[in-house]
Amino acid sequence: MSTPPLTPAQTVGPFLSLGLAWPDGPCVVDPATPGAIRVGGRLVDGHGDTVGDGLVETWQAGPDGRFPQPGDAASAFRGFGRCLTDAKGAWEIVTLKPAPLPAADGETEAPHLDVSVFARGLLHRVVTRIYFADEAAANAADPVLSSLSDDAARETLIARPADGGYRIDIHLQGRHETVFFRF
Amino acid sequence: MTDSAGPHPPYAWPDYGSTRWRAPQRPLVPLPENLTEVTGPVFGADRVGEWDHDLTLQYGGEPLGQRIIVHGRVVDGDGRAIPDTLVEVWQANAAGRYHHPGDERESAPLDPHFSGAGRTVTDADGRYRFVTIKPGAYPWKNHQNAWRPAHIHFSVFGRAFTQRLVTQMYFPDDPLFAYDPILASVPEVARPRLVASFDLDATKPEWALAFRWDIVLLGQRATPFESTVA
Repeated sequence: MSTPPLTPAQTVGPFLSLGLAWPDGPCVVDPATPGAIRVGGRLVDGHGDTVGDGLVETWQAGPDGRFPQPGDAASAFRGFGRCLTDAKGAWEIVTLKPAPLPAADGETEAPHLDVSVFARGLLHRVVTRIYFADEAAANAADPVLSSLSDDAARETLIARPADGGYRIDIHLQGRHETVFFRF
Repeated sequence: MTDSAGPHPPYAWPDYGSTRWRAPQRPLVPLPENLTEVTGPVFGADRVGEWDHDLTLQYGGEPLGQRIIVHGRVVDGDGRAIPDTLVEVWQANAAGRYHHPGDERESAPLDPHFSGAGRTVTDADGRYRFVTIKPGAYPWKNHQNAWRPAHIHFSVFGRAFTQRLVTQMYFPDDPLFAYDPILASVPEVARPRLVASFDLDATKPEWALAFRWDIVLLGQRATPFESTVA
C-alpha cells in the first residue's frame, strides 16, 4: 500500500475562537465532581507579553489510569480540555489529577497532562507536558523528566499548588522558555 | 518521522512577523510515544449539530457568495481511514471578512447569514463534507499590501494525541500563493498538499461547485501498553 504524504500544519491565525471555542471546553470533568482541580496559568511570549489569542488543549488519563473511550457517558470524565487564552493571556481547565502510567522498559511516568498550544504566530502547534510539584518522588523517577538536561528545564514543566489548584505559565520563547517536544 | 524532518513549517519564519516573539528557540526534545501519546479524545455526534456541516443554513437566510461543497477523506500516514473524528472549520465570508470582533475592517461587509464556523464528524470511511461559501481573500498587516489567499482553517483530531493537526486549505490556482508567507513557510514539496482540487464529479448542477481535499495525519504507532487500557 502506498503511503500518502502528510498534510503540513498552518497557524490557527488571529480568529481561532470562531472555530475552536467550546462553552464547556475547559471542563475536562464536571466542576462539582469530588476531587476536581483547576489547572491554569498564562501564555507568555519571548518579549514577556501575554498571548491573548492562543488556545491551550490538554489530554490525560483519569485518576484510575484509564483514558476515555468511545461510548463513555457524555457526562463522564472527558480527558480532553480546551481553553482559549483571555485578554491577559490566562487559561484554566477543571480536571481530575491523573494516575501514574506504565511506560516502556518497565518504567513509570509520573502523573501528567499532554498539552498542545496554538496561537497566531505559531505555524504549528507546540507540544509540552504538565507535571505536579507535589508528586516529587514520582517526578524524580519519570523517564521524560529524567531525559531533560537540567533542573531549570524540568521546572518549566512542573505546576505549583496555588489557590486550591495548580499554576503553570507557558513561555513560548525567552529565558524561561518552556520545554517543547517533538515526535 | 519527526516534526523537524517532516512536512511542517519551522516555528521561526521571519517573513511572517508574528513568529518573531512566539517561535520557540530551543531544540525540541523527543517525546516517547507512551499511553498519553497513542491515545486521544474521540468525539461522537453529540458534539455536532444536525446542520453544523452546512455553513449556508445556520442563520435563517442564504449567505452571499459562491456556494461550494468541500469534501474529502481523513486518513493516516499508512493510508488507513480515520473514522468518527471531529473536523472543525472556520473561514472569512465571500467579502474576505471574518465574523470576529478582531476583524474590524469597514472596507468589507459582514454577512448576517454567515458566521463562517462549522464542524462535522468523519464517517466510517473517513469522509467529511461541508457546504459553505467560497471565502474571499483577506488583507492583513504583515507587510505592505499583504493579502492572504482564500483559505479555510481546518482542525482535526485523529485517534491519537500525536495526530492532532490544525492547518489551512487553499483553492486551486490562486494568484496570491506567490506572495503569501504563511503558505511559503511550508517546505515547497509539501505546499501542493494544502491546495484542494476542483471536483467536477461532486459538483451539483446549477447549485454548487465542489472541491476535494484529503487530510493525511501522522501514522499511529502500535504500543505494547494498549492492553493495560481498560
